[in-house]
Amino acid sequence: MRNADKGLEMIVVGIDVGSKNIKIVALRDGEVAARVNVSSGFDQAESARVGLEKAAAELGIGFDQFDFAVATGVGRKAVAFADHVLTEVAADARGAVELDPEARTVIDVGADEARAIRIDGGGKVLDFAVNEKCAAGAGAFVEAMSRALEVSLETFGEISLESTESIPMNAQCTVFAESEVVSLIHSNTAQKDIARAVHDSMAGRVSAMVRRAGLHGVVVIGGGVAHNVGFVKALKDTLDVAELRVLPHPEYLGALGAALVAADKAAEGASIADEA
Amino acid sequence: MTKETQEFWRWSEKNWRAPGLDWRDASVVAAGIDVGSVSSQAVILVDGELFAYHSTRTGSNSPDSAKRTLAGAMEGTGMTLDDVNHIVGTGYGRVNVPFANRAITEIACHARGANFMIGPTVRTILDMGGQDCKVIRCDEKGKVQNFIMNDKCAAGTGRGMEVIADTLGVSVEDIGRRSFEIDEEPAPVSNVCTVFAKSEATALLKVGWSINRVLAAYCAAMAERVAGLIDRLGMEPDFFITGGIAKNAGVVVRIERLVGRRAVPLPEDTNFDPQIAGALGAALFADALYRKEQRVAAAR
Repeated sequence: MRNADKGLEMIVVGIDVGSKNIKIVALRDGEVAARVNVSSGFDQAESARVGLEKAAAELGIGFDQFDFAVATGVGRKAVAFADHVLTEVAADARGAVELDPEARTVIDVGADEARAIRIDGGGKVLDFAVNEKCAAGAGAFVEAMSRALEVSLETFGEISLESTESIPMNAQCTVFAESEVVSLIHSNTAQKDIARAVHDSMAGRVSAMVRRAGLHGVVVIGGGVAHNVGFVKALKDTLDVAELRVLPHPEYLGALGAALVAADKAAEGASIADEA
Repeated sequence: MTKETQEFWRWSEKNWRAPGLDWRDASVVAAGIDVGSVSSQAVILVDGELFAYHSTRTGSNSPDSAKRTLAGAMEGTGMTLDDVNHIVGTGYGRVNVPFANRAITEIACHARGANFMIGPTVRTILDMGGQDCKVIRCDEKGKVQNFIMNDKCAAGTGRGMEVIADTLGVSVEDIGRRSFEIDEEPAPVSNVCTVFAKSEATALLKVGWSINRVLAAYCAAMAERVAGLIDRLGMEPDFFITGGIAKNAGVVVRIERLVGRRAVPLPEDTNFDPQIAGALGAALFADALYRKEQRVAAAR
């Protein structure tokens, strides 16, 4: 018997199975009660189960005591225990409008994929554009470049803000850009300027995708790459917008959206049960 | 070399010299230098005949790489730079060949080189280089009529192959052979992004695929990508493949299966290497340009 049926609080969960990490958000009566982030590893189904067990333990309930589970993300079909699956676009839109009701353009940049979604005031998806084919427009790009520069991802983002010189990068492809960064290092280009060049280059590709979806109204950004201050600055400049709002806990955007949908579904189920 | 420091991407450099040909008796010595993004080649022609060639890795400095590869071709012949009548530079670093009389695009040079290697029947040339891939249509004289290229993305290039060699710890020269040592042809990995293909390859190993099977899936992806480029330009026989990847049967055979046509093999009685097609074309241009100069000078 589920919690809600016993007159207890309603606990639902959203699971976002990304290419690199699995993010889980649990809601207790509509409020965020747990956030869990585990590595996707090679067995997404197993990693998702481990993550869910962690979330359940934090809530002090059993693994199978969630009222409703919704999975999203590239590996969403691997989540056997999900009651429902949701596309990343729908999950992002739902999460973004909850975190910032003014949001009209939602950007989500993950490890291997990026999305731009245009929504209306009700969170309805009007249009979207996705890059899932090329690492150059996603987090993997910046990660590879910071590795070539041998600095942490965090430092890489920060030093980029200190750059005073804008240098163009010729390579688009992540593999070619790595060689280009190495030659920039060899020609004694300052690390901060290389970092900025990398962020500018990636911002160019992400902003092209945003324009395909249509840039309008308040622009918000989620996904793990939103933690990168250097990229966020470069994207704001490239989009030429007055403000680019970083959503709170950006990497959990999709998982939150999935959890909110789970809460809706659980409530629907409960009302059907009441009528019966 | 220990396994950790072994450079799996490294392909062997090549040096060849025509036996019994003496450049000192020649009236025209012409050279072509192809400075690519990954490898550099030099070809020397003596009275229009192939005399020597050399292939080496391109360093961070293009003029140096040009000098190094030409020096490699001349080594042991007694020839010096002063003995060469005319030099044409080509390839990605062609404007940085310090001693070149002229720079000509690698597209024109590959077509010209392929025409010399195979003859006037060649119409479609696939050049698979280190950092780009081109399909070139030419006429019976080796003159370019149309071309299409991918120079934006590592998928379908030699660099992409080097990446997988390093990832799987297989020498780049063994990939082709090993990719056929499998029971059944697997589905290709991602044919759009080398970074994603690399992650896929690692994941497939984890789930128990053999290295050879992963290599097959990778070669198949590269072949798919390149076959798509050929389809866009259209295939008109004869079909010939140049560039370093022409030596990787794992990719070549899979391209042939996809386009439904065999590539013309190099004649057995020659010592051509498909990787020198660009430099050879440049040398042929150098030879022709020098003869033309001489004719003009004589007519004055």
